[in-house]
Amino acid sequence: METLNLLAAGPELILAAGAIILLMFGVFTKGEGAAVTTLWLAVGVLVIAGVFAYAQPGDTEYAFGGVFVSDGVSRFANVFMFFGSAVVLILSRDYMIRAKSMLFEFPVLVLFAVLGMAMMVSSADLISLYVGLELQSLSLYVLAAFRRDSTRSTEAGLKYFVLGALSSGLLLYGSSFVYGYAGSTEFVAIAERLKDGDAGVGFLIGLALVIAGLAFKISAAPFHMWTPDVYEGAPTPITAFFATVPKVAAAVLLVRVLYGAFGEVADHWWQIIWFLSAASMLVGGVAAIGQTDIKRLMAYSSIGHMGFAMLGLAAGTAKGAESVLIYLAIYLVMNIGVFAFILSMRRDGVQVTKIDDLAGLWKADGLSTFCLGVLMFSLAGIPPLAGFWAKFYVFQAAVDAGLIWLLIVAVAGTVIACFYYLRIVKIMVFDDPADAFDGPMLIENRLALFGSAVLVFVFVVGGLGVPEMAAEAASVFAK
Amino acid sequence: MIGLTHYLGVAAMLFVIGVFGIFLNRKNIIIILMSIELMLLAVNINFVAFSTHLGDIGGQVFTLFVLTVAAAEAAIGLAILVCFHRNRGTIAVEDVNMMKG
Repeated sequence: METLNLLAAGPELILAAGAIILLMFGVFTKGEGAAVTTLWLAVGVLVIAGVFAYAQPGDTEYAFGGVFVSDGVSRFANVFMFFGSAVVLILSRDYMIRAKSMLFEFPVLVLFAVLGMAMMVSSADLISLYVGLELQSLSLYVLAAFRRDSTRSTEAGLKYFVLGALSSGLLLYGSSFVYGYAGSTEFVAIAERLKDGDAGVGFLIGLALVIAGLAFKISAAPFHMWTPDVYEGAPTPITAFFATVPKVAAAVLLVRVLYGAFGEVADHWWQIIWFLSAASMLVGGVAAIGQTDIKRLMAYSSIGHMGFAMLGLAAGTAKGAESVLIYLAIYLVMNIGVFAFILSMRRDGVQVTKIDDLAGLWKADGLSTFCLGVLMFSLAGIPPLAGFWAKFYVFQAAVDAGLIWLLIVAVAGTVIACFYYLRIVKIMVFDDPADAFDGPMLIENRLALFGSAVLVFVFVVGGLGVPEMAAEAASVFAK
Repeated sequence: MIGLTHYLGVAAMLFVIGVFGIFLNRKNIIIILMSIELMLLAVNINFVAFSTHLGDIGGQVFTLFVLTVAAAEAAIGLAILVCFHRNRGTIAVEDVNMMKG
């Protein structure tokens, strides 16, 4: 445990080296063409790191003197985060060139953000948690404000920065109490200390503040105020990134902190998670109904989905952790497909994001409408699609834990959410056609949309090994 | 005799002033940046106080990390603020309202 053990941190080291080399490459080359090359190289780095992460045995190994852990959970999260961000990078290329924002900093910042997230999901100490979280957040603040000439984009960056810094402050203040009353920053040591009995009120204050700080990052209600504005204002590919990969990272981090460090005091935190989960499901459902902008709608949709993911977390069992991981993986795939479509909503070369722009799409582009419809049904949780199974696993974990009232809220939340997902399908199929979107969809967007719709279908037969991988990962938390 | 509780009390006060500074200030975003710094410094006092109390060096190491990251955070915050000012011509809090939540 006291050794450096670099191999355990292999994927992260590949990302770090890749990001630094690409930063140099970008500085010493000029022009948009070089930036596009940087983007493809960044995709390559992510794929190599993803393959490396997948090839890891998944045994629990500590690195850097015990502040960094590589185990099944980090392996699971890394594989989905790396491949997810590679796909989002490929989808961003065309938009960034059109917006005249194709700078080499963009792929490099994405790499640094992913590196931060990989550190978050592998953290075994409050210090590495904080450093990973900040590496991720600082990169994301810049990405949100990436279109420097756009008022909306810079405003989104500013809002994200202020609220993100506030949440980091809460998390840190909480960490200081946890450190003070548990006597250590290492998760293993904190868990050991908690076995000896309650650590007192100060510790509970710390616990609540840490959870509040992390709830900001996964945009759980009532800490969700920044999400719709940031999603609407940020450039669309970056919204696609925000809605997918960082969500997975922050939720997995929450699992790791609550199960790994604070597993012994589950009696104390499950009520907080209960409340966050119920509030997110209801807010995500109700507030999305009146939205006219599809990016804002997806923001509320992501708030709702995080509520469902926390349903499994509230169960407090290894089964619950497993269901959260499955949920996140399915959520990632569905959202990438939806954003692949949103990115191709263009008229006269300008991105449009109103839901009404989708009217009558069925007549213009049947296949895309069908794929998007499938994804909407899946997001709503209609059987037999993958979104239904995601909900099935978390509901099952909650049933086993006897969370009846939370389940009632969850069912209500699902029904409300169904309304706005199905409204999109109705607008696409039955409304009078609006003006057509620009030209044929790019091949990469088409592939991502089609691929994710196919995956959502295929999940029914055998689950593509995802549930097994999640079960193996979550066995870390079995008591 | 000044003990742990006194330090925690000061830190708590600073932290609360920082949080209130973010929410109550209606004038200027620079004040928000200052409030954020105040919160992080309160955290540092907490860490150092606990570290001395416990006789454990970990808290002081954490403080150094917080200081470094806070510097990076302030730099990025100011950079975004400069971009915002170029586009909007103002940094008043009530003018950050292009999008309504």
